[in-house]
Amino acid sequence: MWDSLSLMTLKQLFSKYPYAMDFFSSLPNLQQSEECSVAQYFAAIEEDALQDLGIGRQELLDQFLLFMIQMEKLKEDKIKIQSITILGGNDKYGKSEEIELTIQAGEIVCIVGPTGSGKSRLLADIEWVAQEDTPTNRKILINGQLPDMKCRYSVEHKLVAQLSQNMNFIMDLTVDEFVSMHAESRMLENIEEIKSHIIAKANELAGEQFTPDTPITSLSGGQSRALMIADTAYLSSSPIVLIDEIENAGIDRQKALRLLIDKQKIVLMATHDPILALMGDKRIVIKNGGICRVIETSEKERENLVTLTRIDQKMLAIRELLRSGGQIDNILLDIQIT
Amino acid sequence: MQLITVAGPPSAGKTSVIIKIIEALQDEKLKVGVVKFDCLSTQDQILYQKKGIEAKIGLSGNICPDHFFVSNIQDCLAWAQKNKLDLLITESAGLCNRCSPHIRNVMAVCVIDNLSGVNTPRKVGPMLKLADIVIITKGDIVSQAEREVFAFRVKQANPSAMIVHVNGITGQGAREVGQMFKKSESVESLTDYHLRFSMPAATCSYCLGQTRIGQNFQMGNVRKMDLS
Repeated sequence: MWDSLSLMTLKQLFSKYPYAMDFFSSLPNLQQSEECSVAQYFAAIEEDALQDLGIGRQELLDQFLLFMIQMEKLKEDKIKIQSITILGGNDKYGKSEEIELTIQAGEIVCIVGPTGSGKSRLLADIEWVAQEDTPTNRKILINGQLPDMKCRYSVEHKLVAQLSQNMNFIMDLTVDEFVSMHAESRMLENIEEIKSHIIAKANELAGEQFTPDTPITSLSGGQSRALMIADTAYLSSSPIVLIDEIENAGIDRQKALRLLIDKQKIVLMATHDPILALMGDKRIVIKNGGICRVIETSEKERENLVTLTRIDQKMLAIRELLRSGGQIDNILLDIQIT
Repeated sequence: MQLITVAGPPSAGKTSVIIKIIEALQDEKLKVGVVKFDCLSTQDQILYQKKGIEAKIGLSGNICPDHFFVSNIQDCLAWAQKNKLDLLITESAGLCNRCSPHIRNVMAVCVIDNLSGVNTPRKVGPMLKLADIVIITKGDIVSQAEREVFAFRVKQANPSAMIVHVNGITGQGAREVGQMFKKSESVESLTDYHLRFSMPAATCSYCLGQTRIGQNFQMGNVRKMDLS
């Protein structure tokens, strides 16, 4: 690779590989113009400047090449993940789980069980692509096969995106800048298009509108969650999304989940919310650190989802009434609960 | 015996992460000790001892922390050998972001946190750029997108490192790092080993205790800013 890069001028390099600018941005700004070749640039960096950077000349060159190779790799298409399979291990008492569960892309699987029962361990096993090398001795297969273990450490092959309850933004950026930054780190070309999809979708999920120039730190809780989910759906390279409960307030949860599965994500969700639990295709029941049952959501349960959604909407309406300064005198539960 | 050097900016969560990793290694009956290098004071010894971890503290005082590290590391190794440890972890705060206690052929770890801002990976020197493993902490309190952007920036700064997310509170990811530590090469003596990168140098009049300000009092290795 060095042979082809070294003779290019910096200008040519930046126009062919725009991301290369990131590498040079932290290097000393040489007096030379961008017309000098890459090889000349590296040769001309002064010894003092290298000392200040904390790197040797050869190491810097090696890092540059490695950087270019790795960034090019990010652009390559990854193996599509159609399914993950959990091969059971054992619970805390050494009792065998005796389970083989395959989850397909576009499926929602809920995980239920009391606090401390081992839900997090299951999620961690999946994230780490356990190969009988975690306390549970579980084994995870990808597309029915042993996975390439580099997904454990590499940024570009990370399997799992995690949406936790406290999703704070700490960057001092507008929504537009924030999404651009994420898209750039994915080496995407149609950034503008994806950006407008994400912002439109987030607004649809949140109900309360925000604009691209809203600072992310001033988004409301619901707006932040909505933006986060839309961003994950469109921009995260991870095929699996772990959700640690989605709060009811300020976001259309059913739509949010549908967006993720439309994008062919595998959604794993720890929840005790009946609506979310019944939206799932399956429920994994955890006890004593082990999977004790897998329940497929039945037709009957799905029908109950309709009633539950109505109760939920009722609750939301009452909340809205409270928010707008109304009084809650009578709660008419006009819902047939059979 | 194995030696691991862990470094990272203050408050990145080094101690919490190390404790979680050691707890995971203790489950496998390994005897792990820590030497903490700090400048002025530290309460970390108590934290380690509470967990039954053998720990020693070294305070560099008015000496450059890096120089202090390298002049003591061999003795630390000898201390660990005397105490029959299986693994010794050194912990140091990279105070000027240039400090790099990393040694060639000794597993080197940099701990950095998501809250430090997306431009931080660019600003940190050899401590990050020459590490074998970069542990990113505090991922649970930022958004998924910020985690991804931050990890990407770390990868840009050190394309060859293994990047692992560890939660210093729940310990998520710590067990996995422990497995990587177990695979590090064994070290019996550090004589003839080399640092991965040279230390920051000064030897100016202020190193020798000068406190007065002014051209006449500046001697030795003095660097001037270009304010033109």
